[in-house]
Amino acid sequence: MSIKVKFFASLTDLVGMKEIDVEFESQLNVINVWQSVCGTAQMPVGCLYAINHDYCEPDQLLKDGDEVAYFPPLTGG
Amino acid sequence: MTVRLSKEPFSPYDLLLQTEKELDGRRKKIGASSIFIGSMRDFNDGVSVESMYLEHHPEMTVKELEKITDRAEKRWSLDHVLVIHRIGEVYPSDPIVLVAVWSAHRAHSFDACRDIMESLKSNVPFWKREKREDGERWVTKNTSGSSADF
Repeated sequence: MSIKVKFFASLTDLVGMKEIDVEFESQLNVINVWQSVCGTAQMPVGCLYAINHDYCEPDQLLKDGDEVAYFPPLTGG
Repeated sequence: MTVRLSKEPFSPYDLLLQTEKELDGRRKKIGASSIFIGSMRDFNDGVSVESMYLEHHPEMTVKELEKITDRAEKRWSLDHVLVIHRIGEVYPSDPIVLVAVWSAHRAHSFDACRDIMESLKSNVPFWKREKREDGERWVTKNTSGSSADF
């Protein structure tokens, strides 16, 4: 299955990329995708996740064509 | 509601005046308006900050702003809500966010204004990158919303 993976703010510096398209044989959840794409880069505490522009839980499964985004803690306002 | 992002500097006071005019007939029903303006400080954690870049999520940020505003409009009786938030490069004293709430009574306008502002900080995808005297860095977390912490 094809997944678009996006990183925001400080995570871009941590993993060295803003976006990547990846192919997976089996179904993965949000955490699995991070581990597969980011190798040893440790996900910071307090990260948030979104699938197709909606917040989600880290164990939510992805399906073909999904976009998953990883955010560091929010600092707006 | 009026919810939008602004790449350009904005004057909260001009926007408030303009909105007041647009309220026209409703204005006579409004007994309370609560306004929060957040602006950039020239210091953070005791270090001088020269400028700051505000990153956002192009597809999610406005949607999440509308969600928290909609939630407040359902929870309280509000006549109008205005939320503007800067994106891009900002400089000390530049307004970053304006939350304004108009209602018949003060309780609802006070509570909704605070709720929207605090929810914005915890739910809406924005991130700050500071240019400081000791280099550039991402702000890692927001300051607390409780006055007990200052």
